[in-house]
Amino acid sequence: MAILEVENLYKRFGDIEVLKGIRFSLEQGQALAIIGSSGSGKTTLLRCLNFLERPDEGIIRVNGAVLFDSGNPSTQREAEIRKKRLNFGLVFQSFNLFPQYTVLKNITLACELLAKEQFGRKGDHSADIKAMQQVIENEAYELLEQMGLSEKAAAYPHQLSGGQQQRVAIARALALRPTILCFDEPTSALDPELTGEVLRVIRSLAAKKTTMVIVTHEMSFARDVADHVIFMDDGVIVEEGRPEDVISNPREMRTRQFLSRFSNESATGEPR
Amino acid sequence: MDRTRVLSEGHIFEDHAMNDIFVIIGRLFSSFWLNCELFLLTLLFALPLGLILSFGSMSRLRPLSALTKTLVWIIRGTPLMLQIIVIFFAPGLLGWGSPWGTGSAGRFSAATMAFIINYACYFSEIFRGGIQGIPRGQTEAGQVLGMTKTQIFFKITLLQVIKRILPPMANEIITLVKDTSLARIISNKEIVMMAQEYTSKGLIWPLFSTALFFLAFVGALTLLFNGLEKKLDYFKA
Repeated sequence: MAILEVENLYKRFGDIEVLKGIRFSLEQGQALAIIGSSGSGKTTLLRCLNFLERPDEGIIRVNGAVLFDSGNPSTQREAEIRKKRLNFGLVFQSFNLFPQYTVLKNITLACELLAKEQFGRKGDHSADIKAMQQVIENEAYELLEQMGLSEKAAAYPHQLSGGQQQRVAIARALALRPTILCFDEPTSALDPELTGEVLRVIRSLAAKKTTMVIVTHEMSFARDVADHVIFMDDGVIVEEGRPEDVISNPREMRTRQFLSRFSNESATGEPR
Repeated sequence: MDRTRVLSEGHIFEDHAMNDIFVIIGRLFSSFWLNCELFLLTLLFALPLGLILSFGSMSRLRPLSALTKTLVWIIRGTPLMLQIIVIFFAPGLLGWGSPWGTGSAGRFSAATMAFIINYACYFSEIFRGGIQGIPRGQTEAGQVLGMTKTQIFFKITLLQVIKRILPPMANEIITLVKDTSLARIISNKEIVMMAQEYTSKGLIWPLFSTALFFLAFVGALTLLFNGLEKKLDYFKA
């Protein structure tokens, strides 16, 4: 059973139809790359998955459970949406770290808030809460270690480079252990020298079979890392398949036109 | 030669020699207390009212935001002095009966009410600018991390808003200190009015003392706000 199933997704902003019937599925442990030009709807699609936008039509299923069904209003209630968002993690193009918290606190904040909620209000849970906080902090340190940023735990976001901030953002998303991790053009806001460190992290996540959806412009990276590629244009999926097929040997004219713009680059973003 | 004069409400003040510096400074001090009371009461009520008004202007309910924005426009668009006079005299002159009575307490209450409404409107615009100026990405980052709206506001947005609005709020609050003199327009015995009385008797130095009172007050506030800004300097948005 596919871990993510999207059927018939439509989304309109005013008069403009941005998603025109998107359908795809994703297996557990696979990395899906979505490529396409600006305005093709890739970011909107990602935002629909994370419930930052509400689709006008369509169905979203995770692990067989219906998270969103435009025909069923009970799936659209605000109270439920919060829990559903936790199925997905999202790494933004502009990082969106919280400037007033240290790197460590950025990673642990959401986990701590969720953990506290589990205890309810009655009784004195301070010992339990402390224990939980210790566990959460230890895991955060582990994530920082994976990102190669252990020594930056007490730094503030404005003291870090763009690449470092994005790696913290990835750690922050991973801390909640989402079922599916989404990336919205994770390296587009970075200087070329800094994209490599972020792409390396995503590669290692892919090697660990993390289920991921990555919207990206890094073609060679997508070809190397993705198990499945979708090319979107003007709100529809024009072509999809294995990276060797879609990126290296596209069938459709539109795909070929789009890809012809990209020069040959290695997976870490340095020119060959 | 002693002369008694009724200054207000039947209080009888002994006239004193004009070279009795301590008495004059004492009177200046006690009238400055009126300015201070007005300042503190205005802040106490105008800050929360300003927050409510800012949520009103940002509301998605069209009638509510239109109403709030019109109110803010009218209050910011007319002189505070005018508003004090209207609040004090209008109820009586419009035939509703004056709630203020004839004593100094009523005059002070009317002035306070005018100040609260006026400053709440100015504060609401500063709050609105601060809240709307926080990048949407901050809220969205909180949302995708499963945080509730309340958690997002208190844990993410609030401190960033405070850092952002501190300079304009400091400005507005310092302006309030000096605006308190306007209460004299309906005969509240505040410090500038008192100093002016001495001027009409031929003494100029009470005016300079008055200036010193204000300078000291504003100086203290400036130190406070600078301290707060420094405290929030550990992060950059």
